[in-house]
Amino acid sequence: MTAQPPSGAKSMRTPLGRVRNLGSAHSGTTDFWRQRLTSVAMILLIIPMVVVMMILLGRNQAGAAQILGSPPIAIIMLLFVVASIWHMKIGMQVIIEDYVHDEKLKLASIMANNFFSATLALTAAYAIFKLSSGV
Amino acid sequence: MVKFALPRNSKATSGKTWPKPQGATETREFKVYRWNPDDDENPRIDTFHVDVHECGPRVLDGLIWIKDHIDPTLTFRRSCREGVCGSCAMNINGQNTLACTKSMHDVSGDAVKINPLPHQPVVKDLVPDLTNFYAQYASIEPWLKTTTPTPQKEWRQSREDRAKLDGLYECILCACCSTACPSYWWNSDRFLGPAALLQAARWVTDSRDEATGERLDYLEDPFRLYRCHTILNCTKACPKSLNPAEAIATLKLKLVERQV
Repeated sequence: MTAQPPSGAKSMRTPLGRVRNLGSAHSGTTDFWRQRLTSVAMILLIIPMVVVMMILLGRNQAGAAQILGSPPIAIIMLLFVVASIWHMKIGMQVIIEDYVHDEKLKLASIMANNFFSATLALTAAYAIFKLSSGV
Repeated sequence: MVKFALPRNSKATSGKTWPKPQGATETREFKVYRWNPDDDENPRIDTFHVDVHECGPRVLDGLIWIKDHIDPTLTFRRSCREGVCGSCAMNINGQNTLACTKSMHDVSGDAVKINPLPHQPVVKDLVPDLTNFYAQYASIEPWLKTTTPTPQKEWRQSREDRAKLDGLYECILCACCSTACPSYWWNSDRFLGPAALLQAARWVTDSRDEATGERLDYLEDPFRLYRCHTILNCTKACPKSLNPAEAIATLKLKLVERQV
């Protein structure tokens, strides 16, 4: 409860006008669907991923490169990176939209989230390619 | 950023403890939120003692007894006193519910703690300003929309299709669900909230309605619909035992269905 009037209370716009505001964005379903898609992908990938991590434990770079040289293992790693980082990016965007109400700060945060996720995904993919190709 | 604490002028202080009723053999303590827009003071929590042998068993009976016998300025909404109108929705010991269907004897703890519905502007004492809530309900256009000329008799509906509206049409718009939802607390200016979305699901589900696609178009928005994160406070709070979270899930499924 708050004894203060809502921030828009002094506006002369009607309550219905305020609710309708700029209209529907006609989006959101794609992100909703992709978040579920990546969740299911991660459920399927988590056990193979843990097995690969356990095989990699304690090995040096040459040993790791040899294991990652196996196409199925490299593909499991790549799929996991894509699914998890995509999931993380959508999840973080939801948190930003929930809690950051300043429009400029929100746009900057969403940009930073996209840049960070893209950098992380490409860095991880590059590392897997480099190790698996033995370059 | 979202505000996690109340503004300084909205923080409740400890208020007046009203004298116990004379001659009462058994009393129940009520701690009630008070705020008067006509003075410049912060809200306060007043303590009353209700003679349980002189009033009915419900929390609303207690409030009416206080208004009749102790403080006539205590302000709250009430009408049907039987869980049909939704007027007396308030927060009782941390849970949004209807004061008219909640027994004061079912409230655990020493006192019955009563606050207005959370995170809404307060008009006075226990009366919240629900202007935005009602506008959100109006925005989903809660009436039958058809293009086909109206038939001579009624719009026909099979028993099976009618049964799909059970659990949706019973909503009394008390606002217990929406004001229990953290997503609604943070984004009530853009998120429609569980009550309006349950009503939207009611019209999207109605087999007689011919505007299903337009209704889904209106809802398909990251804020209007997708602020729902299935927290389920709405379902827990509903005094009519409805399931707004499930209704919102059906809307999301229909949107996926038409896209994927």
